[in-house]
Amino acid sequence: MYSERVMEHFRNPRNVGEIEDASGVGEIGNPVCGDMMTFYVKIENGILADVKFKTFGCGAAIAVSSMVSEMARGKTIEEAMKISNADVAKELGGLPPNKMHCSNLGADALHKAIENYLAKQSGAEKKDCRCPYCETPVEGGAICAPCKTSGHQ
Amino acid sequence: MHSVYFDHAAAAPLLPEAREAMLAFLSEEFGNPASLHRLGDKPRAAIEAARAQVAALINSRPDDIVFTASASESNNLAIKGFALSRKDKGNHIVVSAIEHVSVLEPAKSLKKLGFDVTEVPVDSEGVVHPDKLEAAIRPETILVSVMHANYEVGTVQNIKELAAIAHKHKVPFHSDGTAAVGRIAVDVADLGVDSYAFPAMSVYGPKGAAALYLKRGTRIPSLIEGGFQEKNRRAGTEDVAAIAGFGAAAAVTKAKLPEWSAMMTKLAQRIFEELPGKLEHIIFTGSMSSRVPGQVSVVVEFVEGEAMLLFLDDEGIAAASGSSCSAKTLKASHVLLAMGLLHTKAQSSLVLTLGKDSTDADVTHFLDKLPPIAQRLRQMSPLYAKFMKGEDPYAMKPGDSCEEHEPSEE
Repeated sequence: MYSERVMEHFRNPRNVGEIEDASGVGEIGNPVCGDMMTFYVKIENGILADVKFKTFGCGAAIAVSSMVSEMARGKTIEEAMKISNADVAKELGGLPPNKMHCSNLGADALHKAIENYLAKQSGAEKKDCRCPYCETPVEGGAICAPCKTSGHQ
Repeated sequence: MHSVYFDHAAAAPLLPEAREAMLAFLSEEFGNPASLHRLGDKPRAAIEAARAQVAALINSRPDDIVFTASASESNNLAIKGFALSRKDKGNHIVVSAIEHVSVLEPAKSLKKLGFDVTEVPVDSEGVVHPDKLEAAIRPETILVSVMHANYEVGTVQNIKELAAIAHKHKVPFHSDGTAAVGRIAVDVADLGVDSYAFPAMSVYGPKGAAALYLKRGTRIPSLIEGGFQEKNRRAGTEDVAAIAGFGAAAAVTKAKLPEWSAMMTKLAQRIFEELPGKLEHIIFTGSMSSRVPGQVSVVVEFVEGEAMLLFLDDEGIAAASGSSCSAKTLKASHVLLAMGLLHTKAQSSLVLTLGKDSTDADVTHFLDKLPPIAQRLRQMSPLYAKFMKGEDPYAMKPGDSCEEHEPSEE
């Protein structure tokens, strides 16, 4: 029913587990669907240094989670956000048509974990990130506009 | 590798006696039973001999047996046949909520023709209560259909009592006997049913043959019209080999049933008694007091069914599940849901159907292999992680549904 590659990932899933101090967590799926996935990402300097998952689901769902975690590890945030459901299915050597939605869940859960990180970041930045010259709160570690124009830099 | 077959509800091995009875009709005895020349003789005789053997198994008259190609066809013939032949008397059909799809789907398509269908609920053990059935019957009810035993959880209904209630209201009673025949003794006269469906597979006969018992005097139209085969109740040249195999298998099963049933009961009992000591957080489903021998349905909490099946298959064990992922329709078992089980728990179902060849060694192999598989899957289950942290793993968020699965409705 499944490709060799799917069965290989199902039998030996990579990166199963939780990350205690995860930068972001993404949960997707519900009991009616039958699949539930939780992705954990550890992001360092814009790179996905570690990716782990826990999955309740069929063989395809477990293989997809494993493949997504492998594809995302070591990637930049931008690259990881570009991992598409089609990419995952392709890397797995295809999925049966009625299992394609499992691959949607995998990439979605990863993206949700990254978004969770980004949301935390922007929240944190709003609180903590200030212009290094005048202490005005700014976004994304920038220099505030008045300081920039006055040539503090 | 030790190979264990616990999926007899899906397919059963062919009895050697059945195979032997079939062979001639797959080679030199290829004739049409309707032919007047000599090549029609043996096929015709084989069909009538098989009819007598199949009738003897359920204590009916041979003339009351209609051969079809599957239990699904038998159920369709009964449900649609009764509905169409009695439509001048009313338009209401009563079925149990845990019927096989080959009863539920014909009932659904009859709705489109103007019939009304009531599904009688079952209790948490999958039992249809007589008072619930009686409450569902109306003056315009023209058919009641309740399965004898459930193919998934194994619960056996008190058909005699349920049929008597239908008859009290002058309503004919159909029963799907697929999961009962070959496991418990069936006497259609004693049960008092008007029709009864079961496949050759239930008695280790071939695929492609099944029976519909129709009580003497019951008139229903044929769904397949054409020739006069099966006394105008099912047109089309008969699958002589399959029917001959069915007859031989029925005869062997009739003789061996007490022995087989006792053995299957004992083996299933080992699973009921020993598995809880080896694996935590499991729930056996179905009635424990009224069930068919050799049927085990168990929820292995926090673990999805299809994943279990794949790992069991790696260990040489063939089983089934009521989880949505393991079903082509991607819907969780309507049987377990009707019994009030949470969706998430239905996703964790494991269904074992033992057979006449099952052994103690098979059960031991299963009891050894399932616990580590369940533990392995629990280690990667977010539900188990929640449970271990003391959170409610079954909490649902408002609006939880499954859009991806909805298109399969049509």
